[in-house]
Amino acid sequence: MWNPPYSSYLKEGMAAAWPICLGYVPIGLAFGVLAHNAGLAPWEIGLMSLFVYAGSSQFIAVSMLSNGAALIPIILTTFTVNLRHLLMSSSLAIYLQRLGVGRLSLFAYGVTDESFALNMTRFRDGGWDWRQALTLNHTANLAWIVSTIIGGYGGQFIPAGAFGIDYALPAMFICLLVFQIRGGLYVLVAVLSGLLAIAFSLLFPGNAYIVMASVTAATLGVFLLNLYGKKRESMEES
Amino acid sequence: MKTDYLLLVLGMGIVTYLPRWVPLIFLSRRRLPEWLRQWLDFIPAAVLSALILPALVTTGEPRHLTVFQPSLLVSVPTLIFAWKTRSLAGTVIIGMALFWVAGMFFS
Repeated sequence: MWNPPYSSYLKEGMAAAWPICLGYVPIGLAFGVLAHNAGLAPWEIGLMSLFVYAGSSQFIAVSMLSNGAALIPIILTTFTVNLRHLLMSSSLAIYLQRLGVGRLSLFAYGVTDESFALNMTRFRDGGWDWRQALTLNHTANLAWIVSTIIGGYGGQFIPAGAFGIDYALPAMFICLLVFQIRGGLYVLVAVLSGLLAIAFSLLFPGNAYIVMASVTAATLGVFLLNLYGKKRESMEES
Repeated sequence: MKTDYLLLVLGMGIVTYLPRWVPLIFLSRRRLPEWLRQWLDFIPAAVLSALILPALVTTGEPRHLTVFQPSLLVSVPTLIFAWKTRSLAGTVIIGMALFWVAGMFFS
């Protein structure tokens, strides 16, 4: 039996994407319904999902549109809402060394909170390279685009709250966070980041709290790691 | 109207794509200093925690603390299940089931 390697990359990437797709479908449908009510045609909704591909900023853009906001404010808001991907792409870069500009550019398109979290875990576990990761990105991307268009025909085909489907992505994030914990320092960074995020989210509007909290907590993590490492070195020397 | 919408979507696309693209191009083609590697290594745990926790304990616009809500309640057994089994599929299914059941009691 001859099995071309590409088909197994495709299969693995698509299979791994299921929790993301499960989460994207109800959110995509809800977005489509909202955009439909704001007066957008299904093809316009699909175009936004294809060009932007970032859930929360699309929701914000549509609500700004229906409030009669102008072009530039919507684009600037989109920029600030999606700036957090800068951190995620930076982390992913470690696992995409020596990849050509074309492939990196294609990969960049599919970086979302969800694909980042899942791909980082898979990369770290090993046996995962850009081919599976790219397949995962585009499977999730397709699920998003298609479900927003279907929602755009005015159909909320999954009753709200059914089967706890709204919890698919939170549960996935909780599990992937657990996978990221590889020692006490990671627990400390995660707890600190979460608490800071709560505080910042209450203090400031928008979602800048994600970047502010993560950067602060990760920086403190590096600081503690080096402090602890140096202390141990000097103890070993004496 | 149509050209306006095209411009909007194009503009949104460009400002969303750039932060995704720039680090991949610039960081994947050079040797990173040790402190940056360490820093980037902490980023996933930090980002995930910063994404999850506020969503579990705050609601509304403007946001305010709402500690007693199903999403936080369900997160505890979900976390324990993830920790014990280290199964992504199992955790997603258990989390959804618990949230579904919790929703029946809370509404």
